[in-house]
Amino acid sequence: MVRYALRRLLFVVPTLVGMSILIFFMVRLLPGDVVDAMFTGEAGASATAKQSLRKALGLTDPLPIQYVKFVGGVVTGALGNSLTSGEPVSTIMARALPITVELAVLAAVTATAAGVPLGVISAVRPNTALDVAARVGGLIGLSVPNFWFATLALLVTSVFLHWIPPVTWVPPWRDLPANLAQITLPALAIGLYLMATVMRMTRTAMLEVLRQDYIRTAHAKGATSRAVMFRHALRNSLIPVITVIGFQVGTLIGGATVVEVMFGLPGMGYTLVQAIFSRDYAVIEVAALFLALVFVLVNLAVDVLYGFLDPRIEQA
Amino acid sequence: MNAQPAVRFAAGESRPPATVLRWRLYAARVRRNAIGATGAAIILATVACALLGPLAWRTDYASQAARRLLAPSAAHPLGTDELGRDELSRIVHGAQVSLQVGIVSVVIALVTGTITGVAAGFYGGVVDAALMRGVDVMFAFPGLVLAIVIAGLLGPSRTNAMIAIGIVYAPAFARVVRGSTLGVLALPYVEAARSLGVSDVRIVRRHLLPNIMAPLIVLTTVYLSTAILTEAALSFLGLGTQPPEPSWGGMLNAARSYMERAPWLAVAPGLAIMTVVLGFNFLGDGLRDILDPQLRDT
Repeated sequence: MVRYALRRLLFVVPTLVGMSILIFFMVRLLPGDVVDAMFTGEAGASATAKQSLRKALGLTDPLPIQYVKFVGGVVTGALGNSLTSGEPVSTIMARALPITVELAVLAAVTATAAGVPLGVISAVRPNTALDVAARVGGLIGLSVPNFWFATLALLVTSVFLHWIPPVTWVPPWRDLPANLAQITLPALAIGLYLMATVMRMTRTAMLEVLRQDYIRTAHAKGATSRAVMFRHALRNSLIPVITVIGFQVGTLIGGATVVEVMFGLPGMGYTLVQAIFSRDYAVIEVAALFLALVFVLVNLAVDVLYGFLDPRIEQA
Repeated sequence: MNAQPAVRFAAGESRPPATVLRWRLYAARVRRNAIGATGAAIILATVACALLGPLAWRTDYASQAARRLLAPSAAHPLGTDELGRDELSRIVHGAQVSLQVGIVSVVIALVTGTITGVAAGFYGGVVDAALMRGVDVMFAFPGLVLAIVIAGLLGPSRTNAMIAIGIVYAPAFARVVRGSTLGVLALPYVEAARSLGVSDVRIVRRHLLPNIMAPLIVLTTVYLSTAILTEAALSFLGLGTQPPEPSWGGMLNAARSYMERAPWLAVAPGLAIMTVVLGFNFLGDGLRDILDPQLRDT
C-alpha cells in the first residue's frame, strides 16, 4: 500500500517538470509582455526606458536561464515578487489560497451531500417521478453555466430578499456568519455541476451493484433492506463516485475561477485572471503551476484511496 | 436505460401476435432514444435559428435605434439592451457565434488529437511515450484554467478563444484515439493487410480510421457542448468574442450591471447557452447508446 502510494508519487515528478516547462514557455513566448502592458496608454514611454525596465526585471536574460531561475525559485520557495505591484508572490498566494480552498471545499461538500442521496433514491426507486425528476435535473445541472446560475441567484436574492453580497471578502476567522452568507451562493454555483455528476454516477453505480449476486445473498440471508442498502450496496457504489469527484476537481477549480471574478472574491482564479491581464509573469507562472499541482495531487490522492478501497486495483 | 430494449410480459399474460411484438420493440427503441431524439431536435432548431433567424427576424443586431432597456414587447420580443439594441437579434447572432466557436474549436481538437493519438498508437515505443507524456502534462491542467491562460496571453479575441479551446481539448481526443488505435491494430485484418505489404498510410486510412469513428463521433458531440460552455465562460470574462459583436457569454456579463432594471437581459442569453449545451448533452447520450455501448456512463 505504502509502496504503491510512493511509486505513484514518483510519477508526479516528471509531470510537474513538464507542467513547469509548458507554463513557463507559454507565458514567455506568447506575444505582449509585462512592460508593454505597464506602459499601455503612455505614448511617451521611450524604447530605452522600456528596455532598462526589462533588464531590471530580468526579462532580457536568455530563456533557459530565466527558466532555471523560475524552477529554482519554486523549489527553494523563493517565488520572487509581482512584476507590477512588487509584492512578494508568496504573500499574494497566501492571501488568495484560503478563499479558493474554502469555496472548493464547500462546493464539494454540498455537492456530495446532496448528490449521493439523490442518486441512491433515483436508483432504488427507478422510473418513479422522483427518479425521472432527478435524472432530468442531473442533465440540466450539467448544462447550466455556473456564471448564469450565479447571476440568477443574485437576481433572486436582490429582488426578493433585497440582499446583495458584500464586495470585499470577509475571512471566516473574523466573522463566520457573514463569511458564510457571502460564500454560499458562489459555492453553490460552482458545486452544481459536481452535484449533477455525483448524482448520475451514484445512480449508475447503485444500479450496477444492486444487480450483483451478493445483494441477493444479503437479502436471502435475511438482512434488513436498510442494512443491504447501506452496508452492501452504497459502500460498494461509492468507489466510482469518489473517482468522479477526483476527476471533477479540475472543473471545480475552473468554475471557481469564473465565479471568483464574478463575485470579486480575490482567490487564486481571480488573482490569475488579473495577472494575465497585466502580464505579471511571476504571478501567472506560480498561480497556474499551483492550480495544476493541486489538481494532480488530488487525483493522486484519489488513485491511492481507490487502491485502498478496492484492494484488487493494486495487484492489477 | 437498458442495453437491450426488453419487451416483458406479466406472468400469465399470453404471448401477443408478432406484429404487436414488433411494434412494442420499436416503441421501446424510440423511448430508449427519446433523449437522443430530443437532443437532435434542439440542435437542429439551433442551427435553423442561426442560419434562418436573421432572415426571419430582420432587425440589425448593431442598430441602436430603440430606447434603452425596454421591457419585452411586440416590437422587441426580448426587450432592448443597455445601448438600445434589439435583444432577440443579438441572441440569434449569438447562436451563430456559439456554433462557429464550438465547431471550429472542436475540429482543431479533433484533428490535432487524432493525428497525435494515431501516431502514438501506430508507432508505439519512443514516439508513443513522448506524445503521451505531453498529453498527460496537458491533462494535468484544469481545462478552463488552461483555456483562460492561453486565450488571455494570445490576446482577447474570438479567433484566439477558438485556438485556446481547441488546444485544451485536443489531449482528450488523443487519449481516446490512441486507445482505440491500439485495439484496432491488434485485430487480425490489420495483420493480414500488413503481410500483404499494404502501406502504413493506407492501413491508417482504410482500416484504422473507419473503425475508430464510433467513439470519435460520441466524443465530438460531448466536446461540442463543453467547447460552447467554455467559449461562453471566456466571453463572460472578456477573453472571448469582443463587443460590439454579440456573444451569449458577453451579453450575460453586460446584463449584470442592469439586473435590477432589466432582469430579462440576464435570463435570455443564459437560457440560450443552457439549451444548446443541453441539446448536445442529450444528443451525446443518445449517440453513445447507439454507437458505443461500452462508453456509456463514463
